[in-house]
Amino acid sequence: MIGGAQGSGVDTSANIFARAAAQGGYHVFGKREYYSNIKGEHSYFQVRVSSKIIRSHVDTVDMLASFDEETVFRHALEVRPDGAIVYDPDLKMKKLEDVPTIEKNVKESLVRRLSQSGLGTTMQDILELARKRGVHLYPIPYMDLLKQVGQKFGESSLSSLSRMTNVMAVASSYALLSFDSSILKDAIMKVFRSKQKVAEMNQAAVDVVYSFVQEKYDGSFGYTLPPIKVNERRIFMRGNVTVGIAKELAGCRLQTYYPITPASDESEYLEAHEVIELDNLPGEPELAEQQTVKNGSIVVVQTEDEIAAITMAIGGGLAGVRSSTSTSGPGFSLMAEGLGWAGMNEVPVVVTLYQRAGPSTGMPTRHEQGDLRFALFTGHGEFPRIVLASGDLEEVFYDTVRAFNYAERYQTPVIHIIDKALANSDTTLPMLDIAKVKIDRGVTITGKYETNNGVEFPRFKQTETGISLRPAVGTKGVVYWLTGDEHDEFGHISEDPTNRVIMMDKRMKKLEVADREIPLSEKVNFFGPEEAKITVLSWGSTKGAILDAIDWLREEGIDVNFLQIRLINPFPTEYVSNVLSRAKKIVDVEMNYSGQLAEVTMEKTCIPIKNKIVKYNGRPMSCEELYHALKSFAEGTAPTRVVLTNGS
Amino acid sequence: MALKLTDLKTNVHNDWCPGCGDFGILNAVQMALAEMNVEPSNVVIVSGIGCSGKMPHYIKTYGVHTLHGRLLPFASGIKIANPNLEVVCVGGDGDGMGIGAGHFVNSGRRNLDMAYIVHDNGVYGLTKGQASPTLKLGMKTKSLPKPNINQAVNPLLLAIASGYTFVARGYAYDVRHLKELIKKAINHKGFAFLDVLQPCPTYNDILTKEYWAGEDNLDPSGKPVPRVYKLEETGYDGVVHENTEEEIERKVAQAVLKSFEFGDRTPIGVFYQNEFTPTYEERLNSRMPTYRTYPPAMQRIARDDGTPLAKVQKLLDELSLT
Ligand SMILES: Cc1ncc(C[n+]2csc(CCOP(=O)(O)OP(=O)(O)O)c2C)c(N)n1
Ligand code: SF4
Ligand SMILES: [Mg+2]
Repeated sequence: MIGGAQGSGVDTSANIFARAAAQGGYHVFGKREYYSNIKGEHSYFQVRVSSKIIRSHVDTVDMLASFDEETVFRHALEVRPDGAIVYDPDLKMKKLEDVPTIEKNVKESLVRRLSQSGLGTTMQDILELARKRGVHLYPIPYMDLLKQVGQKFGESSLSSLSRMTNVMAVASSYALLSFDSSILKDAIMKVFRSKQKVAEMNQAAVDVVYSFVQEKYDGSFGYTLPPIKVNERRIFMRGNVTVGIAKELAGCRLQTYYPITPASDESEYLEAHEVIELDNLPGEPELAEQQTVKNGSIVVVQTEDEIAAITMAIGGGLAGVRSSTSTSGPGFSLMAEGLGWAGMNEVPVVVTLYQRAGPSTGMPTRHEQGDLRFALFTGHGEFPRIVLASGDLEEVFYDTVRAFNYAERYQTPVIHIIDKALANSDTTLPMLDIAKVKIDRGVTITGKYETNNGVEFPRFKQTETGISLRPAVGTKGVVYWLTGDEHDEFGHISEDPTNRVIMMDKRMKKLEVADREIPLSEKVNFFGPEEAKITVLSWGSTKGAILDAIDWLREEGIDVNFLQIRLINPFPTEYVSNVLSRAKKIVDVEMNYSGQLAEVTMEKTCIPIKNKIVKYNGRPMSCEELYHALKSFAEGTAPTRVVLTNGS
Repeated sequence: MALKLTDLKTNVHNDWCPGCGDFGILNAVQMALAEMNVEPSNVVIVSGIGCSGKMPHYIKTYGVHTLHGRLLPFASGIKIANPNLEVVCVGGDGDGMGIGAGHFVNSGRRNLDMAYIVHDNGVYGLTKGQASPTLKLGMKTKSLPKPNINQAVNPLLLAIASGYTFVARGYAYDVRHLKELIKKAINHKGFAFLDVLQPCPTYNDILTKEYWAGEDNLDPSGKPVPRVYKLEETGYDGVVHENTEEEIERKVAQAVLKSFEFGDRTPIGVFYQNEFTPTYEERLNSRMPTYRTYPPAMQRIARDDGTPLAKVQKLLDELSLT
């Protein structure tokens, strides 16, 4: 774990730490926690590395790398016995009561624990408490070491040198783990790609720290991280970036957004990569018009609000362009009316919904899965929508492309739900396989449409599937109309009762078709043995903690299987009913108060789901707490509703 | 083949009240498009919600009848996706300056190459005559229980302040003059705002056709003096002719002053026009050099077998660990 004040380089140092571990051949799972604040408040980054696949975080900390006193006060007691704390000895005498950003209740509980052990309230006291529990302490005199680096580079300004403290903390941790310093330096080079001098100074800092640690603490920490040989190609991905790349691949060419955490990073990534290189094989006749154009583009528009974001994206969809907008709860609330218009006019549009803790502004930078029901019912009246939810970054990648395919094939809005935990997690993945991705535009027509029936085109013509030919607005040779009012097949207003029924049936029928056509493998995942003591029901990013927890339980001989719902609407009722009716004990696991998926599942399947593990303190589930909760269900000692509360 | 006026008419029953100023605007739009000899499937009329919002259904081009107040972002999405289309926005005054005011301002900042015609009738027609944002303080139109308690927004002033590069006003019953203004607005390079004085005989019993005709505003000889007059007939020139700060400031200041004239002498015509401001399309093109020649709507995204064309492997490789 690496912590520090927001704006002091926590992110960069964690990124370097995680990258280096990943380059060293380890699987990495990193999670960021931060306040809704720009500078000063405490933030931390938890990085878990393992030679085996890992998909979630744990609560206990093996090594705490700090460069301010707040990190030590907040996290020293999370470090497990025989773990390590790296800290700045200059801060030893800092007092708990003088740290303004620690909440009153946190301070009080720390003071209590310190005084029970007869200790005072300085950083040294809390370190002493940790030491008594068996934690190794590693003071690193950052400033002295930095001065050595400064001398080499002729840099004497302390303030500019101190900007490297974060990297010093990382280097100290790695030195203690006898990690290959050349891999670390390589990671530094990659992270500071565009700043040569900064990269070199930080690399020099690594050397200084390594020789200090080797001299002073050599071999004193029991753990090492030797490099591992890896046989597969891996990438190091962050959630927002995963969505961005997948959107370009999917052919999204208009993205609109209004800034909101944790969604905007994706749009900013897209804007930075707005010019899209196209695969332009010479000699392919159908691509003739592309012979002269090597690049396409995605237009990213920062709109005046989310109402404009959704309606502008719909405009793009009307014109035949794959369009999307990315937002979070407050923004999605504003999109309700626009979404209904898209449903009514059968416009493909994708909303990437990054859930965060609500209601209202809630906890803007914290995690929750509280918007499932909202996504199912956003907007007034009834219209078809497809709602899918991804569980990890690999799913996020492929689901992003699918969202656009569904939108065009079924001519309807698609809500792709992800969340803060996925958006802000950095993980190693096997290289994503682009060859697996196919684009399906359904019956979209662009360019020109030849017809003998006059120019007025029946855009909303009845068909068996409810899906009608869709020339983009602007297609030559035809015209038609669109309106949020109920309309006839040309798109003109109609309040005729017979027409109303025909049109409602037409639109809603598309969901039945989607339900029939979408393969089961895109709707659900089922993990574990057919027969198990417990069947976990869940959705979204709890997937990682669940898989890790059931691995642990299996090692103890407790069999747990896991049904992950990915397509929330249309709901895979038949399959889910089959699995749940065979289950011995169903436990619903969700990051919200009421167990929204359980409620939806009960509504669809009529199978009662009484047992729930829920969490709504804004911090993602750790696999330990989930493991303990599931175990208590297996042993029959749990109440029907367990509320998890870990995390700081 | 020249486009005839009848080619632009649909057979949808028009349900505006008899005598509504909207008819004049509809005719002017159809005449302008016919005279410009547009290709109907290259034109998109985008409207909001209100009596005015029904207009697209009466015109045989693409018509998009959107949501109350949201016509501008809808239209912007269409235009950005396919800048080759001729996009004409039409909406009510409540739609544009009440519920849609945020979009009104921010669309001015973008300056997409579109036209925007506002049916300025001082009331919320379709919801039975409540005060619209352009109704003056203290006015009590027919269906208001009490006189209007809010001040009016000045649409022209707001448009100038928001960055519209063409700001004009027309009168619904001077159809020929209005038609010319519409042509100018469509031909203007940039976002053109055209406020149209639109009598609503059903709910606005103050700013009526008779009022604008000056039937109660007699000269000494007893002849009615119309309350609207044409800017161009007074030698007013709102066009920015050279791209200097001084010229632009002068023309803006002149338009701002003019925008306050309302009532017994109400100017119609072009208040301000500046084609030197880069359009949003030009700004996009300066960042994405193939934007104009190969805009989103023209871009192929996949081969016929569904293989994507975007080469994102490079982006993935940047994140690769080996
Ligand atoms: C979100 C929303 N709120 C309210 C309405 C009800 N509504 C329909 S038309 C209208 C006012 C129309 O006035 P204006 O925009 O001036 O158009 P006009 O009818 O005068 O042409 C309102 C408030 C609506 N359609 N949508
Ligand atoms: S209410 Fe007024 S604006 Fe609406 S159609 Fe009737 S006259 Fe025209
Ligand atoms: Mg009005």
